[in-house]
Amino acid sequence: MRNLLPVLTIVATLLALWYAAAVALNAQWARDQAARAGETLTIPALINDTWSQDKPKLPAPHQVAVEIWQTTGAMVLEGRGFSKRSLFYHSWITFSATALGFVLGTALGIALAIGIVYNRTMDMSVMPWVIASQTIPILAIAPMIIVVLNAVGISGLLPKAMISMYLSFFPVVVGMVKGLRSPTPMQLDQMRTWNASANQTFWRLRLPSSMPYLFTSLKVGMAASLVGAIVGELPTGAVAGLGARLLAGSYYGQTIQIWSALIMAATLAAALVGLIGLIQRITLKRMGMA
Amino acid sequence: MGWLALGLVAWALGWWINSRLSHQPRTRATRLLVPVIFGLTVVVIWECLVRGLSISPVLLPAPTAIAATFAKSTHILWADFVQTALKGALTGYIMGCGAAFLTAIAIDRFPFLQRGLLPVGNFVAALPIIGMAPILVMWFGFDWQSKAAVVVVMVFFPMLVNTVQGLTDTDAMQRDLMRTYAAGYWQTLFKLRLPAAMPFIFNGLKIATTLALIGAIVAEFFGSPIKGMGFRISTSVGQLALDLVWAEIVVAAIAGSGFYGAVALLEKAVTFWHPSQRGRA
Repeated sequence: MRNLLPVLTIVATLLALWYAAAVALNAQWARDQAARAGETLTIPALINDTWSQDKPKLPAPHQVAVEIWQTTGAMVLEGRGFSKRSLFYHSWITFSATALGFVLGTALGIALAIGIVYNRTMDMSVMPWVIASQTIPILAIAPMIIVVLNAVGISGLLPKAMISMYLSFFPVVVGMVKGLRSPTPMQLDQMRTWNASANQTFWRLRLPSSMPYLFTSLKVGMAASLVGAIVGELPTGAVAGLGARLLAGSYYGQTIQIWSALIMAATLAAALVGLIGLIQRITLKRMGMA
Repeated sequence: MGWLALGLVAWALGWWINSRLSHQPRTRATRLLVPVIFGLTVVVIWECLVRGLSISPVLLPAPTAIAATFAKSTHILWADFVQTALKGALTGYIMGCGAAFLTAIAIDRFPFLQRGLLPVGNFVAALPIIGMAPILVMWFGFDWQSKAAVVVVMVFFPMLVNTVQGLTDTDAMQRDLMRTYAAGYWQTLFKLRLPAAMPFIFNGLKIATTLALIGAIVAEFFGSPIKGMGFRISTSVGQLALDLVWAEIVVAAIAGSGFYGAVALLEKAVTFWHPSQRGRA
């Protein structure tokens, strides 16, 4: 809580900057409109106009907030919380792809990490490629995966989840390899003096001591798989999902819609990462590690 | 059938050589050779699978087809590379990292701002910033300026957080020593704190290299002139010219690893004193 005041100051500063930027960016349009109508704008009128345009270059925060409320809370009150115009609906689409991809990616990542830790050949052949693949802009192949899987007859949730999986499994592999190797030689020797089998060493020593590493990489992986799901929605031709909202907004110049989708995505990311953080805290506490 | 059998043979051979090699004592040669053999095996198996199962080139072109396309269309690939990697990603990378570095030094003087900015920065670093791309394309037009802007936004916060963290990475003893030398703020900054922050700064720079290329490529999906890697990928996918898409991915991979490698080399030269760099000849 010590950080509350500084954080609030920063957030307030950012909001103030946002309002100022909205005035600066939208002023041109407002002046043009006024000039066409043969009027001159006073400063308060100008500011008022820049904060309430229909298709502003940069919508003011309150405009975005109103749009978000109209597409979430207000629709729930009308009993249409899950209609296709509701942001909840789009968030749900994106979330389902994210979650599926995240689960698949985590499973694949953990399996690969176990292979790498226990198999020397795999360690030496696969690990350098895992690291090298981090430097490759994987996201660029997203449209191709979507189209190719569509051609084989797989469409809908799975292709997007594949991209999420692809993005989220790298952090998990790297983190888990580090984590499974984190027991010290002393601890491993202790297991040997107890005549523990490889299985027992894995379940009782290696896996528990990898937990902090696992959770750290799960957070990175979750953020990455949300990005993957959003980018995966772009080439499907803007049907549904937060990425589709972004694309549709950019086609039709609906800036307020873009920003509201963006804020929704940010909220979703924060909620998901926060959820993992919560699980992390509970788990590590019960394991006596935090 | 012949191709499939050949694929199986290649797999077995590659695995056998690698498991033999990996049980040798680790030397530089084996450490380099094993992953290379693994990569080659994967490519050979890929080729054999595509030929053996006669997979349509619309789904997955064979590596040889990709190589042929690559050789045939080098001028297109080069133009795309210049447009996306050099103009978009590199410009944005330099501006974004530079701005973040200067901001970090400015913030560093005010602990209040620092405490507020770190949580916000960490939060923003986890957000799907890529979603800013359509907005920035709208603001800065279709050419590379908008791509550079996306890259600036994407690399700014990871770089800022890392630099701010790095600048705090000196202990009281070291700072006291500087004080006994009667060193001023700037002297302490340049002679002690910046060098000590270098491992963190390079960590940020390395993360930013990947983000920069991704940002520049994805931003092109929202509108671009008729060249650029992202443009080529999205239009070639539409034309089902997957061999060109794969050639573009090869370019992206080479550019990405080259960019990362260059920063890593620079890091090695600058932070030669750091434990993570020592003993790695």
